[in-house]
Amino acid sequence: MHLDLNTIWFILVGVLLTGYAVLDGFDLGIGALHLFANKDEERRVMLNSIGPVWDGNEVWLVTGGGALFAAFPNVYATAFSGFYLALMLLLAALIFRAVAIEFRSKRPERWWRQMWDVSFSIGSLVSALLIGTALGNIAWGVPIDAHGEYAGSFLSLLTPYPLLVGITTVALFMMHGAIYGVLKTEGELHDKLRVWAMRCIIFFVISAVTLTMATLLYVPHMAARVRETPWLFSVALLNMLAIANIPREFHHGRDGRAFLSSCATIITLMALFALNSFPNMIYSLPNPENSLTIYNAASSPKTLEIMLVIAGIGVPVVIAYTVCIYWIFRGKVKLDRMSY
Amino acid sequence: MDILTLSRIQFGATIAFHYIYPPLSIGLGIMLVLMEGAWLKTGNAIYHQMARFWTKVFALTFAIGVATGIVMEFEFGTNWATYSRFVGDVFGSALAAEGIFAFFLESGFLAVLLFGWDKVGRKVHFFSTCMVALGAHFSALWIIVANSWMQTPAGYKLVEHNGVMRAEITDFWKLVFNPSTVDRLCHTVSGAWCTGAFLVVSVSAWYLLKGKHVEFTRKSLKLGLIVALVASLLQAVTGHTSAQSVAKNQPAKLAAFEGLYQTCSNAPLVLAGYVDEKNQKVVGIEVPGLLSFLAHNDFHAEVTGLDKFKPEDRPPVTPSFLFFHGMVGIGFTLIAVAALGFLYFRKGTLHQRRWLLWLLVFSVLGPQIANQLGWFAAEVGRQPWLVYGLMRTPEGLSAAVKANVVLTSLIMFTFIYFLLFAVFIYLLNDKIQHGPHEDDLIPSGKLALPTKN
Ligand code: HDD
Ligand code: HEM
Ligand code: HEM
Repeated sequence: MHLDLNTIWFILVGVLLTGYAVLDGFDLGIGALHLFANKDEERRVMLNSIGPVWDGNEVWLVTGGGALFAAFPNVYATAFSGFYLALMLLLAALIFRAVAIEFRSKRPERWWRQMWDVSFSIGSLVSALLIGTALGNIAWGVPIDAHGEYAGSFLSLLTPYPLLVGITTVALFMMHGAIYGVLKTEGELHDKLRVWAMRCIIFFVISAVTLTMATLLYVPHMAARVRETPWLFSVALLNMLAIANIPREFHHGRDGRAFLSSCATIITLMALFALNSFPNMIYSLPNPENSLTIYNAASSPKTLEIMLVIAGIGVPVVIAYTVCIYWIFRGKVKLDRMSY
Repeated sequence: MDILTLSRIQFGATIAFHYIYPPLSIGLGIMLVLMEGAWLKTGNAIYHQMARFWTKVFALTFAIGVATGIVMEFEFGTNWATYSRFVGDVFGSALAAEGIFAFFLESGFLAVLLFGWDKVGRKVHFFSTCMVALGAHFSALWIIVANSWMQTPAGYKLVEHNGVMRAEITDFWKLVFNPSTVDRLCHTVSGAWCTGAFLVVSVSAWYLLKGKHVEFTRKSLKLGLIVALVASLLQAVTGHTSAQSVAKNQPAKLAAFEGLYQTCSNAPLVLAGYVDEKNQKVVGIEVPGLLSFLAHNDFHAEVTGLDKFKPEDRPPVTPSFLFFHGMVGIGFTLIAVAALGFLYFRKGTLHQRRWLLWLLVFSVLGPQIANQLGWFAAEVGRQPWLVYGLMRTPEGLSAAVKANVVLTSLIMFTFIYFLLFAVFIYLLNDKIQHGPHEDDLIPSGKLALPTKN
């Protein structure tokens, strides 16, 4: 595996989507837990813990989509038209989630707030589930015809393995969000979140173990590269250590480190996924020769080069001010009159 | 209905709905920069109150803009997959650049603009406001680059890839500055400034009618009217250069705009009228020679008519004509309204002219409608091409998607968007009724500290 332009772009798209999972992951997790907080004040604190950052976090998805379009247009076209209904549902969920954050605090009536609380929560939950299920389908393999078009239906996307990936994603994001929430809150809500976080960790560990067994048994190609290249097992090992470290740190009250471990869990999971898929981007089942790879689905080298310049200028700047903004809004949430 | 019609309706409807909000984000962004700048310069607390009030409106439009924008980003792949494969090499880079250069900037600094009032100093806050406005303009830049490339493709070559033809980049800067980018960018951006300025004018005029918030209203009205006047004048100038570029690069579109069937010199400009498609002529008030002059700076220049194009290469004439004339009509009306408002404001007699104030209250609809008409003219006038001269609209569809599936999503979007729009109007009205907050006259937190100089 040498580092050509196509591989670099495979990695960069992976980085963008991983950035999305790490950052928006906790937003979606907070959303999924939102309804468990039952006082208005608590719900406001939950919302405001992600208030200043959720929009920027979502841009990772938008830019990941844009980068996919530019670098691997065939993947973008096949996946998006193939998963049509699933994507439309995802869009609906993301819309409701986004506007609910903005609308909720604008009126004091109970029914109003409840309505948007529900859309925020369901929207977050459904988004996480659909994103995970889509990933699960790509891991399992989807029917692709000789023209590179998706040849299945909507229902054929909802098989057990992808759904298991979906559920694991929900568990992962809920855990990630709960730990983030613990970091950002104080008092009674903080204590509640601590309990929820513990439960989410258990939920995640159970789903992750089930998923790993299912993958090894039923989706052997998703472990092939690690099997062939033993030193890559270290990534799997890191992943296990990161997961094991979460409850350990959390138990000792080192919440910041627990959160970092949770980030590391997401990153190593995405890395394992990418390593085992490479060089396929959409694995075709039953006809593997129709798979879309980083070569047959890519843009011209010239475009990949230009985009690399764009990314080289843009990404460091983005990271710099993103860090500044997280710094400005560090610390526990305090409600004031500009809050949601 | 077939999948082509359904996909076109869905794309048209979702982009039209999205485009209610971006002009507000861009236009209000500029207004916020001006208000906050004035506050920093003069130290007058009214400007601080204005900035805070409009920030809340801005947050509302921004949220819906973001929510509906993601739909657009996905829709190229879901509904126009064949098109996406064809143009991805060229077009994708503009979309990706938009994400990296524009959306991150906007959404990142938005956090400071909305929630940082009490957390950062004045200068940092002002800087953030400027960055949000800059980000909104960047996003207009890149999306217009992408769209203009579809109107006037440049800097590419056609190459076979996996047995199908696609466009590949040859020259990035030719692609970015394709023949229509600059004209259309200027026109769209000044349209957005109009949209923001007239919103400020409209709300202020309403407060003046009700006699509320007197000091606040006076300052807002002054700023709003100045920007509205400048932007609406710019709109006519940039519209004119856009039309000249259309005449040069897309003659069939210009002919459809003006309902010009016969190629002729000394071509007339239609001020108002309708197209009689059966007899292939326009009925209405015409000024002889003016179209030749406007399009080519010469009263006797020849203007290409639709007769030079095969029937299957002509855009739909009646809609193009009506959309275009509607926009231009609104454009000149807005100039008049803004000029009158400004004149009486200078004289200090605006508050006595209630008819004019009511006109100003409703003027907010003008730029919104003109924006929509402008896009409809530009996009319908591009037909039957999806990428001008390279790919026809039906050829761009997704092969893997069935009509009933598109119908389902179309119904879903119709339902969601009506709901969103109703809530938006309700909350906007709510904000306006509440008016500026008295507390905002006293800056708090770090903002209360004086700047060092
Ligand atoms: C002239 C300006 C303009 C035009 C023609 C469009 N947009 Fe837009 N878009 C904006 C100007 C804008 C903006 C001002 O930057 C927005 C509106 C409100 C906002 O938050 O950002 C935005 C938001 C926005 C977002 C959300 C960004 C975020 O999460 O922060 C996406 C993904 C898109 N747009 C994508 C599109 C696509 C794919 C379009 C074409 C088909 C499109 N927009 C037309
Ligand atoms: C925001 C302003 C825009 C508006 C209001 C607008 C409006 C429209 C409308 C009304 C149609 C349908 C035309 C028809 O069916 O006859 C359309 C089609 C289309 N537009 Fe735009 N458009 C906008 C921006 C863009 C941009 C920025 C792009 C690309 C970057 C774009 C790409 C397309 C495509 C791919 C179609 C589908 C093909 C078609 O039906 O013609 N549009 N647009
Ligand atoms: C004052 C007279 C005006 C003239 C002569 C004019 C001219 C034009 C022309 C020729 C186009 C088509 C460009 C193309 O297809 O490439 C256009 C498009 C457009 N117009 Fe106008 N326009 C005027 C007023 C307005 C006003 C008042 C607004 C809104 C505030 C507006 C908003 C737009 C928009 C959003 C587009 C689509 C984007 C584009 O193609 O540039 N126009 N205009």
